[in-house]
Amino acid sequence: MNTVTRAHLTETIYTQVGLSRNESADLLETVLQRMSIALETGESVKISGFGTFSVRQKGRRIGRNPKTGVEVPILPRRVLVFRPSHVLKAHVNHATPDADGDGDDE
Amino acid sequence: MTKSELIAELSAANPHLTGRDVELIVATIFNEITVALSRGERVELRGFGAFTVKRRDARTGRNPRTGEAVPVDEKAVPFFKAGKELRERVNRPKVAARAAPARASG
Repeated sequence: MNTVTRAHLTETIYTQVGLSRNESADLLETVLQRMSIALETGESVKISGFGTFSVRQKGRRIGRNPKTGVEVPILPRRVLVFRPSHVLKAHVNHATPDADGDGDDE
Repeated sequence: MTKSELIAELSAANPHLTGRDVELIVATIFNEITVALSRGERVELRGFGAFTVKRRDARTGRNPRTGEAVPVDEKAVPFFKAGKELRERVNRPKVAARAAPARASG
C-alpha cells in the first residue's frame, strides 16, 4: 500500500500554491506544530470538513500483560482521539459528502 | 482551535504571505490527506501521527430506541493514531514537565 509522507504533502503545496519547496516544507511543519501545541495544552483542534482532534483524560485502571497474565496498573493518562467529520467519512466510502448526516456517530 | 484560528496564527507568523495563500496551504494539506485516504492509502507524518483507513464488516445493528434490528453495510472508517512524540507531549504533565523532564514513575 502506498504511503503519503511529508515529502508528498510538501510537493503538493509547492505545485498548488507556488511557494518554494523549502518554504512549503516549513509551512507544513508549522501547521503540524501549531496543532500539536494546541493539543499539548489540552485544547481541541477542529478542522471543518476534516475532523476534530481532542484530548481525553483516562482514569487509572488495572491492565493485564496478555502474555503472562500479570496484573499491572495503568496510570491515569491523557490520550489523543480523532473524530473524522461526516465529509471525511463519506470520502473514504466514496459516497456523496452531503448524503445527509446518516445518524451514526461512531 | 479551529481551522480559521489556525489560518490566523499562520498568517500572523508569515506576514509575507497573503491570507489567500495561507488558506490555500491549509486547505491543500487536509485535502491531500483526504484524497490519499479515499484512495485507500496511508498518510504517515512522523512525530505527529498516521492516518489510515480501517474496514468494518457488515453487521446487524439495532435501533437503540426501538430495539429493531437494522442491517449495517460494510464500510471504511478513517483512523488516526498519534505518533510517539505527539502522544508523549499530550500526556506530559504541563507543570512538572517544565521543572523536571523526568518521567512520572508513580
